[in-house]
Amino acid sequence: MSRELKFFQAVNEATDQSMARDKAVYTMGLGVPDPKGIFGTTLGLQDKYGSDRVMDMPASENGMTGVVIGSALVGMRPIMTHQRIDFALLSIEQIVNQAAKWHYMFGGKRSVPLVIRMLIGRGWGQGPQHSQSLQAWFAHVPGLKVVMPVTPYDAKGLLISSIEDNNPVIFIEHRWLYNITGPVPEKFYRVPLGKAKVVRKGTDLTIVATSYMVLEAFRAAEILAGSGIHAEIIDIRTLKPLDDSLILDSVRKTGRLIVADTGWKSFGVGAEIIARVAEEALADLKSPPVRVALPDCPTPTSPELSRYYYPRAINIVAVVRQMLGMPKKKIVSGIKDISLDIPGDWFKGPF
Amino acid sequence: MTPKLLKELFYRMLRIRMIEEKIADLYPEQEMRCPVHLCIGQEAVAVGVCANLSRADYVFSGHRSHGHYLAKGGDFKAMLAELYGKKTGCSEGKGGSMHLVDLSAGFLGATPVVGSTIPIAVGAALGTMLRGERRVTAVFFGEAAVEEGVFHESINFAVLKKLPVIFICENNFFSVYSPLSVRQPERREIFKLARGYGAPGFQADGNDLFEVCGLAESAVRRAQQGGGPTFLEFKTYRWREHCGPNYDNDLGYRTEAEFQSWKKRCPVEKLKKHLVKEGIFNIRDTEGMSEKIQKEIEEAIAFARKSPFPEKSLLMENIYA
Repeated sequence: MSRELKFFQAVNEATDQSMARDKAVYTMGLGVPDPKGIFGTTLGLQDKYGSDRVMDMPASENGMTGVVIGSALVGMRPIMTHQRIDFALLSIEQIVNQAAKWHYMFGGKRSVPLVIRMLIGRGWGQGPQHSQSLQAWFAHVPGLKVVMPVTPYDAKGLLISSIEDNNPVIFIEHRWLYNITGPVPEKFYRVPLGKAKVVRKGTDLTIVATSYMVLEAFRAAEILAGSGIHAEIIDIRTLKPLDDSLILDSVRKTGRLIVADTGWKSFGVGAEIIARVAEEALADLKSPPVRVALPDCPTPTSPELSRYYYPRAINIVAVVRQMLGMPKKKIVSGIKDISLDIPGDWFKGPF
Repeated sequence: MTPKLLKELFYRMLRIRMIEEKIADLYPEQEMRCPVHLCIGQEAVAVGVCANLSRADYVFSGHRSHGHYLAKGGDFKAMLAELYGKKTGCSEGKGGSMHLVDLSAGFLGATPVVGSTIPIAVGAALGTMLRGERRVTAVFFGEAAVEEGVFHESINFAVLKKLPVIFICENNFFSVYSPLSVRQPERREIFKLARGYGAPGFQADGNDLFEVCGLAESAVRRAQQGGGPTFLEFKTYRWREHCGPNYDNDLGYRTEAEFQSWKKRCPVEKLKKHLVKEGIFNIRDTEGMSEKIQKEIEEAIAFARKSPFPEKSLLMENIYA
């Protein structure tokens, strides 16, 4: 039987193996070598590779992003880590003006091989400034790549590909995926960037999902299967460059599209994907496509308000039933209510 | 400094001056269709610092970078073609005046968001250290850059890691039209900020090549010997408008008298007088230099003008490596 790892262990192993293979790879971030090691993803690396290659840093996100960019320009392959995507906003100038454009604006003379890991999440009162899902921002900027793995297998393979990529890659990890378990080969392997994946085959509708929403889509598909509805689920995996063809092929087959994203609804991932489908395959659509996303308000902290804020499987099911003209009915997810603001019973908080 | 070296450094300063003046002359033709920030009046800082760097050392700069690029040995034809938006430009026409690069000269790049190449230079210094290379990295910026948070983040880290980097602040007293008095507290010296972070900080007359060279030499040595970063503040003055070919003293943000007082302290004239006085060369030598530079400029203009524009297919090229 193949070996199983948790998502966070897969991230750790990808970093470890990449550092072992290439001396140019180093990692930096607030708390990277601390006793918690970015929720386990960097644990043990400093013991193995020393403090020159596994660095903590001053609380200077913008400056240190410039620093890793500069080091990348002279031959290093840095991995920078932010425990929250919200902290990375301090470095938006360096990411958008410098890293994303360097290769283009200097006529291809040098590039910036850089991975910036950013963590997103939901629930447990993360509130307005510890919970944002800003992948659409980064995907908007030419020159950046944006990766959002779901399975431990992809977490390892996509991180390795991101580290080997010669461009700045925004690598977005969802905290609610950290403890999911899945087969992860011990060998060094790559999952190519820019390739989405059909993770559940179906004929009646297509659910395109990002990050943690893939799991909610799975739960929704299970519930729908009970009513004889077969949803096809596409795990986007790489938001940019986006694998249009896989999405279009699926929508042409099913004629119905839902995009489930961890971010806000307006101007977001759903809007972009639906626009592309409308441009290329409008005639194949049997009903208007729908976005399942966060409502356009900042994240509330109270667990009660969170119930209405984060979309879940039952919301996807409700959308599908409406799309197919089925009567409204109370949908039971089978998941205990307590789980609505935590990833599972194993979680005792805080993040 | 040997007479030969002094002559050479004067030549470099004169060359930058003449190139910048020629750009100003040609700019109204509207064939250089990008913002230009001319460094006329500030040539000694660029030449004095770069004279102490080797080709293998690295330099970064900001929006007013022509002098730094040329002083570090950047290809002039490629620079001019870049200003003309041509494919033969140093950035294939995608950067323009504010995005110069010449890797073979160790000029790793200039970008115009104030202060933003400072951490990148610090990172290059970190990279060379991690790779076990013996290079020094220098970064040029204006005095407004020390108002940016990223400057403080960068120098803190450079001191923390004792990185071989030199911070070169050209204090020309204005950020576009905003004088220093509305941006930084009175009587607080910029170079002393660096000392607060634990880096040696010095100040000198940026229009005096000897003063610039003296400070740069010791800063380079300190970096090479593992002594960490140095901050150098050079007071100087931009003669032309912030952006563009003209004089703009009529706008009233600075006085004609102030401009004239700085013009009297022209760095090129100052060095010339010194060299003549010391008998290192005579006026005829400088005429010979001017002719040679003039010829080079004419050739570069012809090259830039006849070079092709980048073709349409290049629009979507080099987004990713």
